[in-house]
Amino acid sequence: MKIGRKGVVAVVALVALAALPPIALALDQDFYIDMFTRIMIFAIAAVSLDLILGYGGLVSFGHAAYLGIGSYAVGILAYHGFGNGFLQFGVAILASAVVALFVGWVSLRTSGVYFIMITLAFGQMIYFLGESINLYGGDNGLNIQQHSDFAGLLDLDDSSTLYYFVLAWLVLCLGFGWRLVNSRFGMVIRGAKSNERRMLSLGFRTFRYKLLAFVISGAIAGIAGALLANLTLFLSPSVMHWTRSGEVMMMVILGGMGTLIGPVFGAIVYLLFESLLSGFTEHWQAILGPFLVLVVLFSKSGLMGFSGRGGGAAAKSNA
Amino acid sequence: MIAVAEQVLNGVQFGITLFLMAAGLTLIFGVMNLVNLAHGSLYMVGAYIAAATFNATHSFLLGIGAALAGTAAVGIAIEVVVFRRLYRRDHLDQVLATFGLILFFNELVRMIWGATALYAQVPGFLAGQVELLPGAPYPTYRLAIIVAGLVVGVLIYLLVMKTRIGMLIRAGASDRTMVGALGVNITLLYTLVFGVGAALAALSGALAGPVFTVESGMGDDLLILAFVVIVIGGIGSIRGAFIASVLVGVVDTIGRAFLRQLFALVMSGFAADSAGPATASMLIYVLMAAVLFFRPQGLFPRENR
Repeated sequence: MKIGRKGVVAVVALVALAALPPIALALDQDFYIDMFTRIMIFAIAAVSLDLILGYGGLVSFGHAAYLGIGSYAVGILAYHGFGNGFLQFGVAILASAVVALFVGWVSLRTSGVYFIMITLAFGQMIYFLGESINLYGGDNGLNIQQHSDFAGLLDLDDSSTLYYFVLAWLVLCLGFGWRLVNSRFGMVIRGAKSNERRMLSLGFRTFRYKLLAFVISGAIAGIAGALLANLTLFLSPSVMHWTRSGEVMMMVILGGMGTLIGPVFGAIVYLLFESLLSGFTEHWQAILGPFLVLVVLFSKSGLMGFSGRGGGAAAKSNA
Repeated sequence: MIAVAEQVLNGVQFGITLFLMAAGLTLIFGVMNLVNLAHGSLYMVGAYIAAATFNATHSFLLGIGAALAGTAAVGIAIEVVVFRRLYRRDHLDQVLATFGLILFFNELVRMIWGATALYAQVPGFLAGQVELLPGAPYPTYRLAIIVAGLVVGVLIYLLVMKTRIGMLIRAGASDRTMVGALGVNITLLYTLVFGVGAALAALSGALAGPVFTVESGMGDDLLILAFVVIVIGGIGSIRGAFIASVLVGVVDTIGRAFLRQLFALVMSGFAADSAGPATASMLIYVLMAAVLFFRPQGLFPRENR
């Protein structure tokens, strides 16, 4: 039944998102199309993090790195004249998966607070790597000359097309995530979260399962990065800064861990709130910061928790 | 050779700055089991108070004093208002709440002191150079940081290992419920440890001000390095934090100074220009991964827990 209610919420949200561009165009508010494209991109990143954070209990604090790797894959290929979107997205997914494999392989040997710090440190390592490679703009960033070219099938120069392209990826990632967490694989991950020792004694090699989940999560974040590069047409190491990882994590918490659709709402609320505040005062972070503290202190299960105690797998304990 | 010696000293100086940060962080984690991302903010607040006081009064020592007292007060205030509610929460909640505090403090210093970096200068009596080796002058100020850091390191060690308060802190770290049951005011003890940690971060920031730039967010990147230090040294270990700090400081500084030249020996100058800085920026993380691979609990793991 829980899944049923969450499913309804998800469908309503996605239909509303699908209806946004024509309405925005009719009202001459094109600005909202780009804004929600950005929101959906971060929603994909947040969903990818939720897969391991909410369902696996793995507090990865370096998730922005995969966002960056996806962006750089698109940007670097475009810089060298490879504009083919299939190639760019393929490389983005592969590259972020490979890095996630390495990072996960080292980090998953540890747990708890060590895991948080190590994923954080690896995230910063990749950030500094991006900052130090002057060929691709280094600190200053690099303009990307063109959108990914999907053999002429899609015209991503058009903001509505890009919007629906991102929405399609979001739906795809949600669907895939939903299948994943309810599969046998997903059950092992959730089991390892609530009692790893028991899973081990049942004969599951939890390390392998967690590593694969980590890689999948990184690859999906890589897709979000590739989409982000198409939206901004700009490469900057700042997408990989650790505070960005914190923001994505905040979106997951705000929406409700372990709900998949929750992080989508988390991304919407976080980024809308951010844009609202920044229109209101230049010192908006002085308001956002304490707001986040209050959210953590007084809300246990996020927006999906409020909307019907649907916190599911993750709302409760997390050691 | 002289250039190498100079960079090693720079590395040690950087390591000492890191140690003052990491010591507070590891103490707070060890005793209260709290992951405090806002520790970098305390470092920043310390640097700002020191620079602002120095610019207003032209007294460096007054600046340091104000930074220590002011930041300890800020630290104690956030401990009472926020952290007390977080001790029994899981690490994820702690990370997120302290992340919110970082946003707040970064903006707060911008509101008070403006968006441009604050100018912090080396005090007159430490402005010169000392000739350590013949023909190798070294800035007195950097040397003073090393000495100050070592002195504080020894003091912290003595405080934790040889005094009654230190004994309670260590007891609290291994079993806080029991210490509370024995009649120790554990709440007060926690606040005290937090104040000490904040003062250490402030000292680090105040000393680093004239070397680095005093600006909003200056503590954020150093915080990550302090985490790397703690992970390498072993969480909760002051001794581990010290050794790992110096190790990280030296490896990072030497890497940045010489890796490009080293690469230029085996590859084209252009390739070395790219590969050198790129590898140097990743060096300490590789070090961390290597340490973890062989010792997942760090170099000096705590026996209990």
